[in-house]
Amino acid sequence: MEEDTSRRKLLWTLAVVVVLVYALIPVIWIISLSLKTPETIGDGRFLPSEWTLNNYSDVFSTGFFTAALRNSIGIALIATVISLAFASMAAYAITRLEFPGKTAILAGALAVTMFPPISVVGGLFNLWRQIGLYDTWIGLILPYLSFALPLSIYILSAFFREIPWDLEKAAQMDGATPMQAFRRVILPLAMPGVFTAGILAFIAAWNDFLFANVLTSTDASRTAPVALAFFRGASQFTDPSGAIAAGAVVVTVPILIMVLIFQRRIVSGLTAGAVKG
Amino acid sequence: MSVATAGSKQATAPPAAARGLTERAKAERKLAWILCAPAVGLMLLVAGFPICYAFWLSLRRADLRFPDADKFIGFKNYVTVLTSSTWWQDVANTLIITVCTVTLELVLGMLIAQAMYRAIFARTAVRASVLVPYGAVTVVAAFAWRLAFDPASGFVTQAFGLDPPPLTTRSGSFLVIIMAEVWKTTPFIALLLLGGLALVPEDLYKAAKMDGASGWQRFWKITVPLIKPALMVALLFRTLDAFRIYDTVFIITRGANNTETVSVLGYQQLVNRLNLGLGSAVAILIFFCVILIALAFTRFLGASPARR
Repeated sequence: MEEDTSRRKLLWTLAVVVVLVYALIPVIWIISLSLKTPETIGDGRFLPSEWTLNNYSDVFSTGFFTAALRNSIGIALIATVISLAFASMAAYAITRLEFPGKTAILAGALAVTMFPPISVVGGLFNLWRQIGLYDTWIGLILPYLSFALPLSIYILSAFFREIPWDLEKAAQMDGATPMQAFRRVILPLAMPGVFTAGILAFIAAWNDFLFANVLTSTDASRTAPVALAFFRGASQFTDPSGAIAAGAVVVTVPILIMVLIFQRRIVSGLTAGAVKG
Repeated sequence: MSVATAGSKQATAPPAAARGLTERAKAERKLAWILCAPAVGLMLLVAGFPICYAFWLSLRRADLRFPDADKFIGFKNYVTVLTSSTWWQDVANTLIITVCTVTLELVLGMLIAQAMYRAIFARTAVRASVLVPYGAVTVVAAFAWRLAFDPASGFVTQAFGLDPPPLTTRSGSFLVIIMAEVWKTTPFIALLLLGGLALVPEDLYKAAKMDGASGWQRFWKITVPLIKPALMVALLFRTLDAFRIYDTVFIITRGANNTETVSVLGYQQLVNRLNLGLGSAVAILIFFCVILIALAFTRFLGASPARR
Protein backbone atom coordinates (compact mmCIF):
# COMPACT_ATOMS: atom_id res chain seq x y z
CA MET A 1 0.00 0.00 0.00
CA GLU A 2 2.74 2.39 1.05
CA GLU A 3 4.74 1.58 -2.04
CA ASP A 4 1.68 1.95 -4.21
CA THR A 5 1.03 5.55 -3.12
CA SER A 6 4.65 6.57 -3.52
CA ARG A 7 4.71 5.08 -7.02
CA ARG A 8 1.52 6.95 -7.74
CA LYS A 9 3.06 10.16 -6.45
CA LEU A 10 6.01 9.65 -8.75
CA LEU A 11 3.67 9.06 -11.67
CA TRP A 12 1.77 12.29 -11.08
CA THR A 13 5.00 14.18 -10.56
CA LEU A 14 6.13 12.88 -13.92
CA ALA A 15 2.81 13.97 -15.40
CA VAL A 16 3.30 17.44 -13.97
CA VAL A 17 6.76 17.67 -15.52
CA VAL A 18 5.40 16.55 -18.89
CA VAL A 19 2.67 19.18 -18.70
CA LEU A 20 5.21 21.90 -17.88
CA VAL A 21 7.46 20.90 -20.78
CA TYR A 22 4.54 20.61 -23.18
CA ALA A 23 3.20 24.03 -22.28
CA LEU A 24 6.49 25.90 -22.29
CA ILE A 25 8.58 24.47 -25.14
CA PRO A 26 6.95 26.36 -28.05
CA VAL A 27 7.25 29.63 -26.14
CA ILE A 28 10.88 29.02 -25.20
CA TRP A 29 11.57 28.09 -28.82
CA ILE A 30 10.14 31.32 -30.20
CA ILE A 31 12.06 33.36 -27.61
CA SER A 32 15.25 31.49 -28.45
CA LEU A 33 14.66 32.06 -32.17
CA SER A 34 14.23 35.78 -31.56
CA LEU A 35 17.68 35.91 -29.92
CA LYS A 36 19.56 34.13 -32.71
CA THR A 37 21.92 36.00 -35.01
CA PRO A 38 21.20 36.05 -38.76
CA GLU A 39 24.11 33.63 -39.28
CA THR A 40 22.78 31.06 -36.82
CA ILE A 41 19.04 31.46 -37.35
CA GLY A 42 19.02 28.55 -39.79
CA ASP A 43 21.10 26.16 -37.67
CA GLY A 44 18.09 24.32 -36.32
CA ARG A 45 19.36 24.32 -32.72
CA PHE A 46 16.83 24.69 -29.93
CA LEU A 47 18.93 27.25 -28.03
CA PRO A 48 20.92 30.01 -29.71
CA SER A 49 24.68 29.51 -29.92
CA GLU A 50 25.20 33.25 -30.38
CA TRP A 51 22.92 35.75 -28.70
CA THR A 52 21.78 39.09 -30.08
CA LEU A 53 19.04 41.62 -29.49
CA ASN A 54 19.29 42.91 -33.06
CA ASN A 55 16.03 41.25 -34.09
CA TYR A 56 14.22 43.40 -31.55
CA SER A 57 15.82 46.64 -32.67
CA ASP A 58 15.09 45.64 -36.29
CA VAL A 59 11.44 45.05 -35.52
CA PHE A 60 11.07 48.42 -33.81
CA SER A 61 13.11 50.32 -36.39
CA THR A 62 10.35 50.06 -38.99
CA GLY A 63 7.05 51.89 -38.70
CA PHE A 64 5.36 48.74 -39.96
CA PHE A 65 5.43 46.94 -36.62
CA THR A 66 5.23 49.89 -34.22
CA ALA A 67 2.13 51.23 -35.99
CA ALA A 68 0.57 47.78 -35.84
CA LEU A 69 1.34 47.51 -32.13
CA ARG A 70 -0.24 50.90 -31.50
CA ASN A 71 -3.34 49.90 -33.48
CA SER A 72 -3.63 46.60 -31.61
CA ILE A 73 -3.44 48.26 -28.20
CA GLY A 74 -5.85 51.08 -29.08
CA ILE A 75 -8.43 48.95 -30.84
CA ALA A 76 -8.44 46.16 -28.25
CA LEU A 77 -8.66 48.65 -25.36
CA ILE A 78 -11.52 50.66 -26.84
CA ALA A 79 -13.45 47.52 -27.80
CA THR A 80 -12.97 46.22 -24.25
CA VAL A 81 -14.16 49.43 -22.58
CA ILE A 82 -17.25 49.75 -24.80
CA SER A 83 -18.23 46.13 -24.34
CA LEU A 84 -17.73 46.34 -20.56
CA ALA A 85 -19.93 49.44 -20.30
CA PHE A 86 -22.82 47.99 -22.29
CA ALA A 87 -22.43 44.45 -20.99
CA SER A 88 -22.49 45.65 -17.36
CA MET A 89 -25.78 47.42 -17.98
CA ALA A 90 -27.28 44.36 -19.67
CA ALA A 91 -25.90 41.94 -17.07
CA TYR A 92 -27.28 44.10 -14.25
CA ALA A 93 -30.73 44.02 -15.86
CA ILE A 94 -30.50 40.28 -16.46
CA THR A 95 -29.52 39.41 -12.89
CA ARG A 96 -31.45 42.06 -10.96
CA LEU A 97 -34.62 42.92 -12.86
CA GLU A 98 -37.68 40.95 -13.84
CA PHE A 99 -38.54 41.36 -17.50
CA PRO A 100 -39.71 39.27 -20.42
CA GLY A 101 -37.02 38.58 -22.98
CA LYS A 102 -34.31 37.90 -20.40
CA THR A 103 -33.67 34.35 -21.53
CA ALA A 104 -33.92 35.44 -25.17
CA ILE A 105 -31.10 37.94 -24.62
CA LEU A 106 -28.88 35.37 -22.90
CA ALA A 107 -29.62 32.78 -25.58
CA GLY A 108 -29.01 35.37 -28.29
CA ALA A 109 -25.68 36.34 -26.74
CA LEU A 110 -24.70 32.68 -26.60
CA ALA A 111 -25.72 32.20 -30.23
CA VAL A 112 -23.60 35.19 -31.26
CA THR A 113 -20.51 33.70 -29.56
CA MET A 114 -20.96 30.68 -31.81
CA PHE A 115 -21.13 32.72 -35.02
CA PRO A 116 -18.28 31.81 -37.34
CA PRO A 117 -16.40 35.09 -37.98
CA ILE A 118 -15.95 34.17 -41.64
CA SER A 119 -19.75 34.35 -42.07
CA VAL A 120 -19.83 37.91 -40.76
CA VAL A 121 -16.66 39.33 -42.26
CA GLY A 122 -17.65 39.26 -45.94
CA GLY A 123 -20.71 41.44 -45.47
CA LEU A 124 -18.73 43.83 -43.30
CA PHE A 125 -15.94 43.98 -45.90
CA ASN A 126 -18.34 45.13 -48.61
CA LEU A 127 -20.29 47.46 -46.34
CA TRP A 128 -17.21 49.07 -44.78
CA ARG A 129 -15.76 49.83 -48.22
CA GLN A 130 -18.96 51.64 -49.16
CA ILE A 131 -19.41 53.69 -45.99
CA GLY A 132 -15.72 54.45 -45.43
CA LEU A 133 -15.08 52.25 -42.39
CA TYR A 134 -12.68 49.95 -44.25
CA ASP A 135 -9.16 50.18 -42.78
CA THR A 136 -10.21 52.31 -39.80
CA TRP A 137 -10.14 51.72 -36.03
CA ILE A 138 -13.94 51.88 -35.78
CA GLY A 139 -14.16 49.36 -38.61
CA LEU A 140 -12.38 46.84 -36.38
CA ILE A 141 -13.80 47.89 -33.02
CA LEU A 142 -17.37 47.21 -34.16
CA PRO A 143 -16.79 43.59 -35.25
CA TYR A 144 -14.72 42.98 -32.09
CA LEU A 145 -17.82 43.91 -30.08
CA SER A 146 -19.57 40.97 -31.75
CA PHE A 147 -17.52 38.58 -29.61
CA ALA A 148 -16.47 40.86 -26.72
CA LEU A 149 -20.07 41.83 -25.84
CA PRO A 150 -21.63 38.37 -25.51
CA LEU A 151 -18.53 37.11 -23.70
CA SER A 152 -18.72 39.99 -21.22
CA ILE A 153 -22.49 39.62 -20.76
CA TYR A 154 -22.02 35.96 -19.92
CA ILE A 155 -19.18 36.41 -17.48
CA LEU A 156 -20.71 39.47 -15.81
CA SER A 157 -24.10 37.79 -15.38
CA ALA A 158 -22.39 34.83 -13.71
CA PHE A 159 -20.45 37.15 -11.39
CA PHE A 160 -23.31 39.55 -10.63
CA ARG A 161 -25.47 36.62 -9.61
CA GLU A 162 -23.06 35.92 -6.74
CA ILE A 163 -23.18 39.45 -5.34
CA PRO A 164 -25.19 39.73 -2.10
CA TRP A 165 -27.37 42.59 -3.33
CA ASP A 166 -29.18 42.86 0.02
CA LEU A 167 -26.10 44.64 1.32
CA GLU A 168 -27.17 47.62 -0.75
CA LYS A 169 -30.45 47.86 1.14
CA ALA A 170 -28.70 47.29 4.44
CA ALA A 171 -26.33 50.17 3.72
CA GLN A 172 -29.24 52.42 2.84
CA MET A 173 -30.98 51.49 6.08
CA ASP A 174 -27.83 52.50 7.89
CA GLY A 175 -28.24 55.94 6.35
CA ALA A 176 -26.22 55.72 3.15
CA THR A 177 -27.65 57.46 0.10
CA PRO A 178 -28.39 55.20 -2.87
CA MET A 179 -25.30 56.60 -4.60
CA GLN A 180 -23.11 55.92 -1.56
CA ALA A 181 -24.57 52.45 -1.21
CA PHE A 182 -23.74 51.77 -4.84
CA ARG A 183 -20.25 53.28 -4.72
CA ARG A 184 -19.11 51.94 -1.37
CA VAL A 185 -20.86 48.58 -1.29
CA ILE A 186 -21.91 47.28 -4.69
CA LEU A 187 -19.11 48.66 -6.85
CA PRO A 188 -16.27 47.01 -4.87
CA LEU A 189 -18.16 43.72 -5.01
CA ALA A 190 -18.78 44.01 -8.75
CA MET A 191 -15.31 45.16 -9.77
CA PRO A 192 -13.61 41.72 -9.77
CA GLY A 193 -16.20 40.43 -12.25
CA VAL A 194 -15.89 43.49 -14.45
CA PHE A 195 -12.12 43.20 -14.34
CA THR A 196 -12.21 39.51 -15.27
CA ALA A 197 -14.58 40.11 -18.17
CA GLY A 198 -12.32 42.96 -19.27
CA ILE A 199 -9.18 40.81 -19.34
CA LEU A 200 -10.87 38.05 -21.31
CA ALA A 201 -12.46 40.48 -23.78
CA PHE A 202 -9.11 42.22 -24.26
CA ILE A 203 -7.30 38.92 -24.88
CA ALA A 204 -9.97 37.86 -27.39
CA ALA A 205 -9.67 41.17 -29.27
CA TRP A 206 -5.86 41.09 -29.12
CA ASN A 207 -5.91 37.56 -30.50
CA ASP A 208 -8.13 38.23 -33.52
CA PHE A 209 -6.64 37.59 -36.92
CA LEU A 210 -9.49 37.02 -39.38
CA PHE A 211 -11.32 40.35 -38.99
CA ALA A 212 -8.07 42.31 -38.93
CA ASN A 213 -6.75 40.43 -41.95
CA VAL A 214 -9.84 41.17 -44.04
CA LEU A 215 -10.83 44.63 -42.84
CA THR A 216 -7.46 46.41 -42.74
CA SER A 217 -4.84 47.15 -45.36
CA THR A 218 -2.41 49.84 -44.15
CA ASP A 219 -0.57 51.15 -41.10
CA ALA A 220 -3.74 53.12 -40.29
CA SER A 221 -5.39 50.12 -38.67
CA ARG A 222 -3.41 46.93 -39.34
CA THR A 223 -3.03 45.04 -36.05
CA ALA A 224 0.03 43.22 -34.76
CA PRO A 225 -1.00 39.63 -35.62
CA VAL A 226 -1.61 40.68 -39.23
CA ALA A 227 1.69 42.57 -39.33
CA LEU A 228 3.45 39.39 -38.13
CA ALA A 229 1.75 37.29 -40.80
CA PHE A 230 2.99 39.60 -43.56
CA PHE A 231 6.47 40.28 -42.23
CA ARG A 232 9.16 40.39 -44.88
CA GLY A 233 12.88 40.45 -44.33
CA ALA A 234 14.87 43.65 -44.80
CA SER A 235 15.72 42.44 -48.29
CA GLN A 236 14.57 39.54 -50.39
CA PHE A 237 17.56 37.57 -49.23
CA THR A 238 17.00 38.02 -45.51
CA ASP A 239 15.20 35.28 -43.61
CA PRO A 240 12.39 37.08 -41.73
CA SER A 241 12.17 34.33 -39.06
CA GLY A 242 14.23 36.27 -36.53
CA ALA A 243 12.15 39.41 -36.95
CA ILE A 244 8.90 37.43 -36.87
CA ALA A 245 10.04 35.69 -33.70
CA ALA A 246 10.98 38.99 -32.05
CA GLY A 247 7.65 40.53 -33.03
CA ALA A 248 5.86 37.42 -31.76
CA VAL A 249 7.59 37.72 -28.39
CA VAL A 250 6.67 41.41 -28.14
CA VAL A 251 3.02 40.59 -28.92
CA THR A 252 2.84 37.64 -26.54
CA VAL A 253 4.89 38.44 -23.46
CA PRO A 254 2.77 41.33 -22.09
CA ILE A 255 -0.34 39.15 -22.39
CA LEU A 256 1.43 36.22 -20.74
CA ILE A 257 2.51 38.42 -17.83
CA MET A 258 -1.05 39.67 -17.46
CA VAL A 259 -2.43 36.13 -17.63
CA LEU A 260 0.01 34.90 -15.00
CA ILE A 261 -0.68 37.81 -12.63
CA PHE A 262 -4.44 37.40 -12.89
CA GLN A 263 -4.55 33.64 -13.34
CA ARG A 264 -7.14 33.04 -10.63
CA ARG A 265 -9.52 35.51 -12.19
CA ILE A 266 -8.97 34.21 -15.69
CA VAL A 267 -9.68 30.65 -14.63
CA SER A 268 -12.85 31.69 -12.83
CA GLY A 269 -13.91 33.79 -15.83
CA LEU A 270 -13.30 30.99 -18.31
CA THR A 271 -15.28 28.52 -16.26
CA ALA A 272 -17.99 30.97 -15.13
CA GLY A 273 -20.20 30.47 -18.15
CA ALA A 274 -19.69 26.78 -18.59
CA VAL A 275 -19.29 24.91 -15.35
CA LYS A 276 -21.67 26.64 -13.01
CA GLY A 277 -24.17 25.70 -15.68
CA MET B 1 -41.89 41.47 -30.75
CA SER B 2 -44.64 39.28 -29.33
CA VAL B 3 -42.99 39.65 -25.97
CA ALA B 4 -43.35 43.41 -26.09
CA THR B 5 -47.03 43.36 -27.06
CA ALA B 6 -47.83 40.85 -24.35
CA GLY B 7 -46.20 43.16 -21.86
CA SER B 8 -48.13 46.24 -22.92
CA LYS B 9 -51.42 44.38 -23.04
CA GLN B 10 -50.93 43.31 -19.48
CA ALA B 11 -50.18 46.86 -18.51
CA THR B 12 -53.20 48.49 -20.18
CA ALA B 13 -55.86 46.57 -18.28
CA PRO B 14 -54.64 45.94 -14.75
CA PRO B 15 -57.09 45.05 -12.02
CA ALA B 16 -57.43 48.04 -9.70
CA ALA B 17 -55.99 46.23 -6.68
CA ALA B 18 -52.81 45.16 -8.49
CA ARG B 19 -52.26 48.52 -10.06
CA GLY B 20 -49.36 49.61 -7.83
CA LEU B 21 -47.48 46.40 -8.41
CA THR B 22 -48.05 46.53 -12.14
CA GLU B 23 -46.83 50.10 -12.33
CA ARG B 24 -43.71 49.06 -10.50
CA ALA B 25 -43.25 46.00 -12.68
CA LYS B 26 -43.78 48.16 -15.73
CA ALA B 27 -41.12 50.60 -14.62
CA GLU B 28 -38.77 47.70 -13.89
CA ARG B 29 -39.33 46.30 -17.34
CA LYS B 30 -38.73 49.64 -18.95
CA LEU B 31 -35.49 50.12 -17.06
CA ALA B 32 -34.38 46.58 -17.97
CA TRP B 33 -35.04 47.15 -21.64
CA ILE B 34 -33.24 50.49 -21.60
CA LEU B 35 -30.24 48.83 -19.96
CA CYS B 36 -30.21 45.97 -22.45
CA ALA B 37 -30.94 48.03 -25.54
CA PRO B 38 -27.38 49.19 -26.38
CA ALA B 39 -25.89 45.70 -26.02
CA VAL B 40 -28.70 44.01 -27.95
CA GLY B 41 -28.69 46.71 -30.62
CA LEU B 42 -24.93 46.43 -31.08
CA MET B 43 -25.04 42.65 -31.32
CA LEU B 44 -27.76 42.88 -33.95
CA LEU B 45 -25.74 45.48 -35.83
CA VAL B 46 -22.40 43.70 -35.80
CA ALA B 47 -23.53 40.07 -35.99
CA GLY B 48 -27.17 39.81 -37.04
CA PHE B 49 -27.11 42.34 -39.85
CA PRO B 50 -23.88 41.17 -41.55
CA ILE B 51 -25.23 37.61 -41.68
CA CYS B 52 -28.42 38.77 -43.39
CA TYR B 53 -26.38 40.95 -45.73
CA ALA B 54 -24.09 38.01 -46.53
CA PHE B 55 -27.16 35.93 -47.37
CA TRP B 56 -28.39 38.66 -49.72
CA LEU B 57 -24.95 38.88 -51.35
CA SER B 58 -24.84 35.12 -51.74
CA LEU B 59 -27.92 35.31 -54.00
CA ARG B 60 -26.22 37.74 -56.37
CA ARG B 61 -23.49 37.57 -58.94
CA ALA B 62 -21.49 40.00 -56.82
CA ASP B 63 -17.98 39.90 -58.25
CA LEU B 64 -15.97 43.04 -57.51
CA ARG B 65 -13.88 42.51 -60.65
CA PHE B 66 -17.07 42.78 -62.73
CA PRO B 67 -19.20 45.29 -60.82
CA ASP B 68 -21.52 45.88 -63.78
CA ALA B 69 -22.51 42.24 -63.96
CA ASP B 70 -24.00 42.36 -60.44
CA LYS B 71 -27.48 40.88 -60.55
CA PHE B 72 -29.82 38.54 -58.68
CA ILE B 73 -29.12 34.93 -59.62
CA GLY B 74 -31.02 33.00 -56.94
CA PHE B 75 -29.23 29.97 -55.52
CA LYS B 76 -26.77 29.60 -58.40
CA ASN B 77 -23.79 30.44 -56.17
CA TYR B 78 -24.81 27.65 -53.81
CA VAL B 79 -25.06 25.23 -56.72
CA THR B 80 -21.58 26.28 -57.85
CA VAL B 81 -20.14 25.77 -54.38
CA LEU B 82 -21.96 22.53 -53.60
CA THR B 83 -21.05 20.92 -56.92
CA SER B 84 -17.38 21.86 -56.70
CA SER B 85 -14.91 19.28 -55.48
CA THR B 86 -12.95 22.04 -53.70
CA TRP B 87 -15.77 22.70 -51.25
CA TRP B 88 -16.18 19.04 -50.34
CA GLN B 89 -12.43 18.55 -50.12
CA ASP B 90 -12.24 21.52 -47.76
CA VAL B 91 -15.15 20.24 -45.69
CA ALA B 92 -13.32 16.92 -45.38
CA ASN B 93 -10.09 18.73 -44.40
CA THR B 94 -11.95 20.78 -41.80
CA LEU B 95 -13.61 17.68 -40.38
CA ILE B 96 -10.28 15.83 -40.19
CA ILE B 97 -8.78 18.73 -38.24
CA THR B 98 -11.87 19.15 -36.04
CA VAL B 99 -12.22 15.48 -35.10
CA CYS B 100 -8.49 14.95 -34.49
CA THR B 101 -7.95 18.11 -32.46
CA VAL B 102 -11.07 17.75 -30.32
CA THR B 103 -10.39 14.08 -29.58
CA LEU B 104 -6.76 14.72 -28.68
CA GLU B 105 -7.68 17.74 -26.63
CA LEU B 106 -10.28 15.82 -24.71
CA VAL B 107 -7.83 13.07 -23.76
CA LEU B 108 -4.97 15.47 -23.01
CA GLY B 109 -7.26 17.95 -21.30
CA MET B 110 -8.57 15.21 -19.01
CA LEU B 111 -5.04 14.09 -18.16
CA ILE B 112 -3.92 17.66 -17.47
CA ALA B 113 -7.03 18.36 -15.40
CA GLN B 114 -6.33 15.22 -13.34
CA ALA B 115 -2.68 16.21 -12.97
CA MET B 116 -3.68 19.67 -11.80
CA TYR B 117 -6.31 18.24 -9.47
CA ARG B 118 -3.94 15.70 -7.91
CA ALA B 119 -0.77 17.73 -8.00
CA ILE B 120 0.37 17.76 -4.41
CA PHE B 121 3.14 20.19 -5.16
CA ALA B 122 3.49 22.94 -7.72
CA ARG B 123 -0.22 23.22 -8.33
CA THR B 124 0.10 26.94 -9.03
CA ALA B 125 3.08 26.34 -11.30
CA VAL B 126 1.11 23.80 -13.32
CA ARG B 127 -1.91 26.05 -13.62
CA ALA B 128 0.29 28.98 -14.58
CA SER B 129 2.11 27.01 -17.25
CA VAL B 130 -1.14 25.65 -18.62
CA LEU B 131 -2.34 29.22 -19.06
CA VAL B 132 0.69 30.05 -21.20
CA PRO B 133 -0.73 28.53 -24.41
CA TYR B 134 -4.07 30.20 -23.67
CA GLY B 135 -2.38 33.60 -23.43
CA ALA B 136 -0.31 33.11 -26.57
CA VAL B 137 -1.81 34.77 -29.64
CA THR B 138 -2.99 32.11 -32.12
CA VAL B 139 -0.87 33.58 -34.90
CA VAL B 140 2.21 33.43 -32.65
CA ALA B 141 1.47 29.85 -31.62
CA ALA B 142 1.10 28.88 -35.29
CA PHE B 143 4.42 30.58 -36.11
CA ALA B 144 6.16 28.79 -33.24
CA TRP B 145 5.05 25.45 -34.63
CA ARG B 146 5.68 26.33 -38.25
CA LEU B 147 9.20 27.54 -37.52
CA ALA B 148 9.88 24.53 -35.31
CA PHE B 149 9.01 22.26 -38.23
CA ASP B 150 10.66 24.47 -40.85
CA PRO B 151 12.31 22.12 -43.39
CA ALA B 152 15.64 23.96 -43.16
CA SER B 153 15.92 25.67 -39.79
CA GLY B 154 13.33 24.06 -37.52
CA PHE B 155 14.72 22.40 -34.42
CA VAL B 156 12.25 19.51 -34.60
CA THR B 157 13.12 18.67 -38.20
CA GLN B 158 16.82 18.80 -37.29
CA ALA B 159 16.65 17.01 -33.96
CA PHE B 160 14.69 14.08 -35.33
CA GLY B 161 16.14 14.21 -38.84
CA LEU B 162 12.65 14.13 -40.28
CA ASP B 163 12.74 13.25 -43.95
CA PRO B 164 10.73 14.28 -45.87
CA PRO B 165 10.15 17.37 -43.69
CA PRO B 166 6.54 17.26 -42.38
CA LEU B 167 5.53 20.60 -43.87
CA THR B 168 6.28 19.37 -47.38
CA THR B 169 3.71 16.57 -47.22
CA ARG B 170 -0.05 16.62 -46.75
CA SER B 171 -0.24 14.33 -43.74
CA GLY B 172 2.74 16.07 -42.15
CA SER B 173 1.13 19.47 -42.64
CA PHE B 174 -2.09 18.23 -41.06
CA LEU B 175 -0.07 16.86 -38.17
CA VAL B 176 1.65 20.21 -37.52
CA ILE B 177 -1.64 22.12 -37.82
CA ILE B 178 -3.34 19.73 -35.42
CA MET B 179 -0.48 19.86 -32.93
CA ALA B 180 -0.41 23.66 -32.99
CA GLU B 181 -4.16 23.81 -32.48
CA VAL B 182 -4.09 21.20 -29.71
CA TRP B 183 -1.28 23.05 -27.93
CA LYS B 184 -3.12 26.34 -28.07
CA THR B 185 -6.57 25.20 -26.95
CA THR B 186 -6.13 22.19 -24.66
CA PRO B 187 -5.75 24.53 -21.64
CA PHE B 188 -9.30 25.75 -22.17
CA ILE B 189 -10.67 22.20 -22.05
CA ALA B 190 -8.41 21.28 -19.13
CA LEU B 191 -9.59 24.26 -17.08
CA LEU B 192 -13.26 23.55 -17.79
CA LEU B 193 -12.76 19.90 -16.82
CA LEU B 194 -10.85 20.91 -13.70
CA GLY B 195 -13.84 23.06 -12.77
CA GLY B 196 -16.00 19.96 -13.23
CA LEU B 197 -13.66 17.76 -11.19
CA ALA B 198 -13.79 20.18 -8.28
CA LEU B 199 -17.55 19.58 -8.06
CA VAL B 200 -17.20 15.79 -7.59
CA PRO B 201 -17.51 14.97 -3.87
CA GLU B 202 -14.34 13.27 -2.61
CA ASP B 203 -16.47 10.94 -0.44
CA LEU B 204 -17.80 9.18 -3.50
CA TYR B 205 -14.27 8.12 -4.46
CA LYS B 206 -13.55 6.95 -0.92
CA ALA B 207 -16.76 4.93 -0.80
CA ALA B 208 -16.06 3.36 -4.18
CA LYS B 209 -12.50 2.55 -3.12
CA MET B 210 -13.83 0.80 -0.01
CA ASP B 211 -16.12 -1.22 -2.20
CA GLY B 212 -13.08 -2.30 -4.17
CA ALA B 213 -13.54 -0.28 -7.35
CA SER B 214 -10.36 0.13 -9.39
CA GLY B 215 -9.04 3.52 -10.44
CA TRP B 216 -10.26 2.90 -13.95
CA GLN B 217 -13.75 1.97 -12.70
CA ARG B 218 -13.88 5.02 -10.44
CA PHE B 219 -12.99 7.20 -13.41
CA TRP B 220 -15.67 5.79 -15.72
CA LYS B 221 -18.43 5.25 -13.13
CA ILE B 222 -17.99 8.34 -10.98
CA THR B 223 -15.87 11.03 -12.62
CA VAL B 224 -17.22 10.84 -16.16
CA PRO B 225 -20.96 10.84 -15.34
CA LEU B 226 -20.56 13.64 -12.81
CA ILE B 227 -18.50 15.94 -14.97
CA LYS B 228 -20.54 15.19 -18.08
CA PRO B 229 -22.22 18.63 -18.14
CA ALA B 230 -18.85 20.43 -18.05
CA LEU B 231 -17.47 17.91 -20.53
CA MET B 232 -20.27 18.41 -23.05
CA VAL B 233 -20.06 22.18 -22.89
CA ALA B 234 -16.29 22.10 -23.35
CA LEU B 235 -16.76 19.70 -26.25
CA LEU B 236 -19.42 21.86 -27.89
CA PHE B 237 -17.40 25.07 -27.64
CA ARG B 238 -14.23 23.45 -28.89
CA THR B 239 -15.92 21.63 -31.78
CA LEU B 240 -17.50 24.85 -33.03
CA ASP B 241 -14.21 26.64 -32.58
CA ALA B 242 -12.20 23.97 -34.37
CA PHE B 243 -14.64 23.90 -37.27
CA ARG B 244 -14.01 27.58 -37.96
CA ILE B 245 -10.22 27.12 -37.86
CA TYR B 246 -8.54 29.84 -39.87
CA ASP B 247 -5.54 31.52 -38.18
CA THR B 248 -3.49 28.37 -37.65
CA VAL B 249 -3.99 27.05 -41.18
CA PHE B 250 -3.38 30.46 -42.73
CA ILE B 251 -0.04 30.83 -40.96
CA ILE B 252 1.23 27.26 -41.23
CA THR B 253 0.33 26.29 -44.80
CA ARG B 254 -1.98 28.99 -46.18
CA GLY B 255 -3.95 26.06 -47.58
CA ALA B 256 -0.98 24.49 -49.39
CA ASN B 257 -0.52 20.69 -49.55
CA ASN B 258 -4.30 20.37 -49.76
CA THR B 259 -4.90 21.49 -46.20
CA GLU B 260 -7.34 24.30 -47.02
CA THR B 261 -10.26 24.53 -44.59
CA VAL B 262 -13.71 25.99 -45.26
CA SER B 263 -12.91 29.26 -43.49
CA VAL B 264 -9.72 29.69 -45.55
CA LEU B 265 -11.74 28.93 -48.69
CA GLY B 266 -14.26 31.64 -47.73
CA TYR B 267 -11.40 34.08 -47.17
CA GLN B 268 -9.80 33.26 -50.53
CA GLN B 269 -13.09 33.81 -52.37
CA LEU B 270 -13.91 37.04 -50.56
CA VAL B 271 -10.55 38.73 -50.37
CA ASN B 272 -8.23 37.25 -53.01
CA ARG B 273 -10.77 36.53 -55.74
CA LEU B 274 -13.05 39.42 -54.66
CA ASN B 275 -16.02 37.21 -55.51
CA LEU B 276 -18.46 38.35 -52.84
CA GLY B 277 -21.32 36.22 -54.16
CA LEU B 278 -19.46 32.90 -54.05
CA GLY B 279 -17.59 33.87 -50.88
CA SER B 280 -20.84 34.74 -49.13
CA ALA B 281 -22.40 31.47 -50.25
CA VAL B 282 -19.44 29.67 -48.63
CA ALA B 283 -19.84 31.85 -45.51
CA ILE B 284 -23.55 31.06 -45.21
CA LEU B 285 -22.92 27.34 -45.71
CA ILE B 286 -20.32 27.43 -42.91
CA PHE B 287 -22.89 29.20 -40.76
CA PHE B 288 -25.38 26.39 -41.37
CA CYS B 289 -22.76 23.75 -40.59
CA VAL B 290 -22.11 25.48 -37.26
CA ILE B 291 -25.85 25.58 -36.48
CA LEU B 292 -26.12 21.88 -37.32
CA ILE B 293 -23.19 21.02 -35.03
CA ALA B 294 -24.66 23.11 -32.20
CA LEU B 295 -28.09 21.50 -32.65
CA ALA B 296 -26.60 18.01 -32.74
CA PHE B 297 -24.75 18.68 -29.50
CA THR B 298 -27.67 20.25 -27.64
CA ARG B 299 -30.35 17.85 -28.87
CA PHE B 300 -28.61 14.49 -29.02
CA LEU B 301 -25.71 14.78 -26.64
CA GLY B 302 -27.43 16.88 -24.00
CA ALA B 303 -24.96 19.76 -23.97
CA SER B 304 -26.73 22.76 -22.47
CA PRO B 305 -24.54 25.82 -22.16
CA ALA B 306 -27.57 28.04 -21.49
CA ARG B 307 -28.92 25.97 -18.60
CA ARG B 308 -28.83 28.00 -15.41
